[in-house]
Amino acid sequence: MTHATLAPPAQAPAPHATAVAARRTAKRKDVLHWIAVHSLGLAAALFFVLPFVFVFLTAVMSDNQALSRDLWPHDWQWSNFRQVWDTPGFLTWWRNTLVYAVSGTVLTVVSSLPVAYALAKFRFRGRNLVMVLVISTMMLPPQVIIIPMYLFWTRQLGMDGTLYPLIIPMAFGDAFTIFLLRQFLLTIPKEYTEAAKVDGCGELRTLLTVIVPMIKPAIAAVGLFQFFYCWNDYFGPQIYASSNSAAWTLSYGLESFKGAHHTNWNLTMAATVLVMAPVIVVFFFAQKAFIEGVTLTGVKG
Amino acid sequence: MTTIHPLLKAKRRKSTLRTLGFLSPWLIGFTVFFVYPLLSTVYFSFMQYDGFNPPTFAGFKNWSYVFNDYPLFWPSLRNTLWLVIVMVTLRVVFGLGIGLLITKIKTGAGFFRTAFYLPYLAPPVAATMAFVFLLNPGTGPVNHILDSVGIPTTGWFTDPAWSKPALTILAVWGIGDLMVIFMAALLDVPKDQYEAAELDGAGAWARFRFVTLPNISPIIMFAVVTGVIQTMQYYTQPLVAGKIASGIIGNSGQQLEPGYPDKSTLTLPQLVYNLGFQRFDYGSACVIALVLFVLAMAFTALLMRRRNGFLSAED
Repeated sequence: MTHATLAPPAQAPAPHATAVAARRTAKRKDVLHWIAVHSLGLAAALFFVLPFVFVFLTAVMSDNQALSRDLWPHDWQWSNFRQVWDTPGFLTWWRNTLVYAVSGTVLTVVSSLPVAYALAKFRFRGRNLVMVLVISTMMLPPQVIIIPMYLFWTRQLGMDGTLYPLIIPMAFGDAFTIFLLRQFLLTIPKEYTEAAKVDGCGELRTLLTVIVPMIKPAIAAVGLFQFFYCWNDYFGPQIYASSNSAAWTLSYGLESFKGAHHTNWNLTMAATVLVMAPVIVVFFFAQKAFIEGVTLTGVKG
Repeated sequence: MTTIHPLLKAKRRKSTLRTLGFLSPWLIGFTVFFVYPLLSTVYFSFMQYDGFNPPTFAGFKNWSYVFNDYPLFWPSLRNTLWLVIVMVTLRVVFGLGIGLLITKIKTGAGFFRTAFYLPYLAPPVAATMAFVFLLNPGTGPVNHILDSVGIPTTGWFTDPAWSKPALTILAVWGIGDLMVIFMAALLDVPKDQYEAAELDGAGAWARFRFVTLPNISPIIMFAVVTGVIQTMQYYTQPLVAGKIASGIIGNSGQQLEPGYPDKSTLTLPQLVYNLGFQRFDYGSACVIALVLFVLAMAFTALLMRRRNGFLSAED
């Protein structure tokens, strides 16, 4: 007992010193680690951010400077944005894109929700088969069925030169939206729907009054996905709207803008900024819903 | 033999009707916008049809034309293979790398996350035009910078050997989706496994190799297979890049040379457009569409087999 309390005094500081030294090296390692991680992060961030910066800087240059070696604008020509905005057609493309994106999003969410609910909460024969078919169509390139669809919309229904062939199908459910909403709905415990049923709610009322308020973030996420899909769609407008410039969308019109302003990279980049801007603004307002949605596509299931 | 009580039978019928009612938007959509056009595509692939004269039976003529005589088919299949090997691999590697990095970043995490994620949202046409400008051989900032540092420059989107690498840079730039998926997967790896490995004296690489990788391998598989499927659908970026870089577009939306430069940016979906909407050979366009369909379905089947969790439901 005494032996234990009377530790040899010479050795006492030694473990203490090594502990401090160890803590110090650990701390130094932490600092070095912090520096390494953050400088790597900054280098990577440069790669992701610089293209935006160059595009923006070019968008406010004069015609001649956009072709020169200088990367920083001499005089900031903000009027480029005005000039793009005033280009004949630009406002029409903008409006068409908005109509396509908003109506497409609303129709998709409204029509996909009951389907997703049935797939998540009802038990019926063939449910797995429906799920397999939904996932299969989700992965299908739109070009696979474009020839008969084009003939159907233009020859049989005379809708060439409009965006209706792109908007109408969205009233009949979208595979990706159904899939995502179902994934969200699976996470809701049965007790909620059962309690609603005990209270005498039918399935539709349960969905609308109990479930929808609970999955608002999910609805926001799939709505955003669909909005961006429509906003960015190039193939659809190229097939159905190309013959009529009054029906063009921004994505489709932007390319022809480059054709008309052959060497004016500054104006082309100003137009590019104006097409990118709304998407970025929407993202900053809905960042959280968006990232949750992306996570769910890959992780849950 | 038991007979089903009539009340139960009525209840069952009611629940079947209810299920059909909820599924009806999809049932109609699936039939009208998938089954009908798919069958019709198979039908047209055996017909000679230009959209003006009535279709006539052609047997396997379109099929043989596409595989043997259509000069753009094999180059675009080779391009797709190149993109699958290089672009998908790099996207997964960098997506995982950036995902790892973001889980380690302590200061300014919000800034970094937004910076890495934002390019994914850039509209493809706008992003492609921006990159054709940035990588413009004569006047683009990238070549200016490379030049002033003394690194030899290339023609990027105007050089057949460099157009696909340029597209790959564009694709790696838009890596935000993979980053988020990997980030979530990495945060889900149980902490105690890392602690146990550390006690066993595992270094950073060993921890990554024996703890991180086994835990996230299903997500890597998911990223690879969806990446391959996305590559089959790769359309807007290569098409717009080719058109803008070639400089020969007017308001018509037509281009002189598909897949500029030298067919190096052709992909299968572009062939459907080329045959169907530029050459009005609907029959051959449908053959390409079916090739695309079979390829996409094969990889989707792989995805569903690998991730049977896709189908699991609460019961």
